Amino acid sequence: MSQTKSIRVQRYLPEQEPEPFWQNYEVPFDESTSILDALNYIKDELDNTLSYRWSCRMAICGSCGVMVNGIPKLGCKTFLREYGTRVDISALAHFPVERDLVVDMDIFMEHLEAVKPYIIDKSKGRPTGESDTYRQTPAQMARYHQFSNCINCGLCYAACPQFGLNNQFLGPAAITLAQRYNLDNRDKGKRERMAALSEHDGVWSCTFVGFCSTVCPKHVDPAAAVNQGKIEAAKYTLINLLNG
Amino acid sequence: MNRDEFDIVIVGGGGAGLRTAIAAAEKAKAEGRQQRIALISKIYPMRSHTVAAEGGAAAVTDEGDSYQAHFDDTVSGGDWLCDQGVVDYFVHNTYRELAQLERWGCPWSRRPDGSIQVRRFGGMKTARTWFAADKSGFHMLHTLFQTSMQYPEIERLDEYYVTDLAVENQQVHGLIALCVATGEMHVIGAKAVILATGGAGRLFRFNTNAGTVTGDGMAMAYRHGVALRDMEFVQYHPTGLPGSGVLITEASRGEGGILLNKDGYRYLQDYGLGPETPLGEPKNKYMELGPRDKLSQAFWQEQQAGRTGKLGDSDVVYLDLRHLGKDYILERLPFICELAKAFVNVDPIKEPIPIRPAVHYTMGGIETNGQCETSIQGLYAAGECASVGLHGANRLGSNSLSELLVFGRLAGESASDLASERSAPSKAVLEQQAQQQLDLIHQLKQGDGSENWVALRKEMVKAMESGCGIYREEAGMQAALNTIRALRQRYKNVKLEDSSESYNTDLLQCLEVGCSLDIAEASCLAALERRESRGAHQRLDEGLQKRDDVNFLKHSQVFYQGDANATITWQDVDVRFSAPAERVYGDAAKGAHS
Ligand SMILES: Cc1cc2nc3c(=O)[nH]c(=O)nc-3n(C[C@H](O)[C@H](O)[C@H](O)COP(=O)(O)OP(=O)(O)OC[C@H]3O[C@@H](n4cnc5c(N)ncnc54)[C@H](O)[C@@H]3O)c2cc1C
Ligand code: SF4
Ligand code: FES
Repeated sequence: MSQTKSIRVQRYLPEQEPEPFWQNYEVPFDESTSILDALNYIKDELDNTLSYRWSCRMAICGSCGVMVNGIPKLGCKTFLREYGTRVDISALAHFPVERDLVVDMDIFMEHLEAVKPYIIDKSKGRPTGESDTYRQTPAQMARYHQFSNCINCGLCYAACPQFGLNNQFLGPAAITLAQRYNLDNRDKGKRERMAALSEHDGVWSCTFVGFCSTVCPKHVDPAAAVNQGKIEAAKYTLINLLNG
Repeated sequence: MNRDEFDIVIVGGGGAGLRTAIAAAEKAKAEGRQQRIALISKIYPMRSHTVAAEGGAAAVTDEGDSYQAHFDDTVSGGDWLCDQGVVDYFVHNTYRELAQLERWGCPWSRRPDGSIQVRRFGGMKTARTWFAADKSGFHMLHTLFQTSMQYPEIERLDEYYVTDLAVENQQVHGLIALCVATGEMHVIGAKAVILATGGAGRLFRFNTNAGTVTGDGMAMAYRHGVALRDMEFVQYHPTGLPGSGVLITEASRGEGGILLNKDGYRYLQDYGLGPETPLGEPKNKYMELGPRDKLSQAFWQEQQAGRTGKLGDSDVVYLDLRHLGKDYILERLPFICELAKAFVNVDPIKEPIPIRPAVHYTMGGIETNGQCETSIQGLYAAGECASVGLHGANRLGSNSLSELLVFGRLAGESASDLASERSAPSKAVLEQQAQQQLDLIHQLKQGDGSENWVALRKEMVKAMESGCGIYREEAGMQAALNTIRALRQRYKNVKLEDSSESYNTDLLQCLEVGCSLDIAEASCLAALERRESRGAHQRLDEGLQKRDDVNFLKHSQVFYQGDANATITWQDVDVRFSAPAERVYGDAAKGAHS
């Protein structure tokens, strides 16, 4: 680890300073040093006061989203080797910043809950015995499986211009989660979910920029889910109209 | 200070905590009780380390399998240190729990006809591990978390750090928590408290665990007099990535991956796990599907003999998947491919993955009986933080995810019953405890200490690694114990750099190190005093290299003594069904018990 890189971190310490400011740190690195490793180095060796979220450090818990040179990234899956001389790290865009790289995720959690993300099935034939299970063929699972891989990292919200303008927009991950259940053959709850999706702040806010899918670290393709959601919402609205 | 009161408070939003919360809510509903349930977690529940589990969850599933077989595998896998009544309850209840998770929407991998698919796992006689590709824990955790949103009676306190329990006369009254966002202290009364705070892998330098797995709940219970049991048993997983410690799941061997030394030789056949099984025909309990302790020990032997390769400054062996073919690898092990590419720049479809053992799982923990009750009335523990007696001296892969569900449910249901009978918590006890915590934090922020927690943590993980590794020696363990005791003294003199209230991660990490140091002492002491070799605890000392059932067919129990040295006692093991026998794998197991 003989090489070092200069890293700029956007600090925000509202208890001490009213405005955010940039701070420089010199960090040793090699082929395997991630952005998260760099932050941990800074915290341990240079500045105990830096705050950011992390846990698994293996790209599955979704804690460590930050902007690197203005692009939303997972800190633990992004490596210093990918960058030249400029490495600017700041908090995820479009969320209120609490402190340093920590953003307020409350609105994100509310959107997830709003789409009723669980199996809703009150049908007569549903399995009810303690040891009963549904049948689901690999083909049936393939319909929704990609959408079930979302780690709730919020990068797609930081990439979404609509969410940036209006944080009441459900946003890519919540709409994806709704579709994950809508497409599951075990679920009969689509109608209940469509109410939230068809509202003004549901799927219709999306102007199809598609950047959400580009930044998604798990290849969930939330843009595809939003598009499917629009078709479903159109059907739902039409049916509601016809039923008067 | 903020004050609130609940009937049931669950600390931990991982698999165990979420299952507990749902069980408590359902039990309350079934009994017509109005109970307030709080789920407290220092990170958002879906970030909990259950999310990282890859391989799967075990349950007797296929025809031809039997409860007896799962019982035998678990008990012999644990080198007869499991409480057999607990194992018996466990094997009979895992299937219904996994089926329940299926009905809640978990995307378990399927057979073409739509029924549940099972895979092979190490130390299991037959394929009985349910899986969701190689993200089983991720899908289980998200399913539980999303399902929990249907229960309005579960009130979540996300990003609250619990600093201490309120206990008096062996009765729990609630706990004290810090709201991470505001730094405000919350005094939370409760009639029942369930600890579901996970393991303690971060006591060690090189590990597969998340940064948050620091043993907080273990320390909380221990400081109030509950025994930490079997803490000497720490599982090394044979296949972590060098450098980071990121896990490459055992399922990659269950699916047919093989282990090679630097000469391309399948060395496991030299360690009682042979004969060599043909390529692409993995066989349960043979070779790569032997138990974790044996595989990690074999790595150590190869390393001593100079037959390991190098990556950076790590000694490594190689996990070869190539013969499985691209399509199969991508179907069954997609996450492994992603991780190997990101962290060691290797594509498993084209090249073997360099790997080495890493600390993975804490077999010991907060002592509970088979009903998840601790020695403090009203206090329960479930999941990896608990020692319910299931895993003995070595946990079998895929028993743990099932444990979270089986015992989480049990704890939640019992807690609902108990809370309906217990009287309201004492405000005086709570206030007194809260004041103590406020003073402690004030001392850390404003005191005149000179120690920094980062330095203490570095010395701790180094001491644990060198003293309590895959093989252990008297002198090394004693040195580690001495170091840890000295570090505990130094910890009293810690000072923070950051005195702010909001998101003070300097404070949180400092508190975590305090917890880790206390339980590290328990772990070293139990290791030193267990003068035999069993399961994950292997000694090189003359005369102590074998299991000694005459003297050590016993659980260790370590008790906290404040600033003084911790003390140890021994407890009988429940061996009501199966008398201790020799633990054998490979061809050596033919005709033997299990
Ligand atoms: C990489 C990896 C892979 C694994 N794969 C498998 C597998 O395939 N099969 C298997 O059976 N097992 C596996 N295991 C083991 C298994 O995943 C764990 O034992 C299990 O998930 C632990 O779950 P838990 O609910 O007990 O704890 P965790 O999921 O670790 O949750 C702990 C919770 O406690 C909370 N908490 C902790 N301290 C505090 C505090 N002070 N205040 C407030 N909240 C607190 C945390 O926020 C968190 O929500 C694996 C483990 C690892 C590390
Ligand atoms: S869809 Fe992708 S980017 Fe958005 S939260 Fe999920 S994993 Fe993150
Ligand atoms: S730390 Fe978990 S996703 Fe990065």
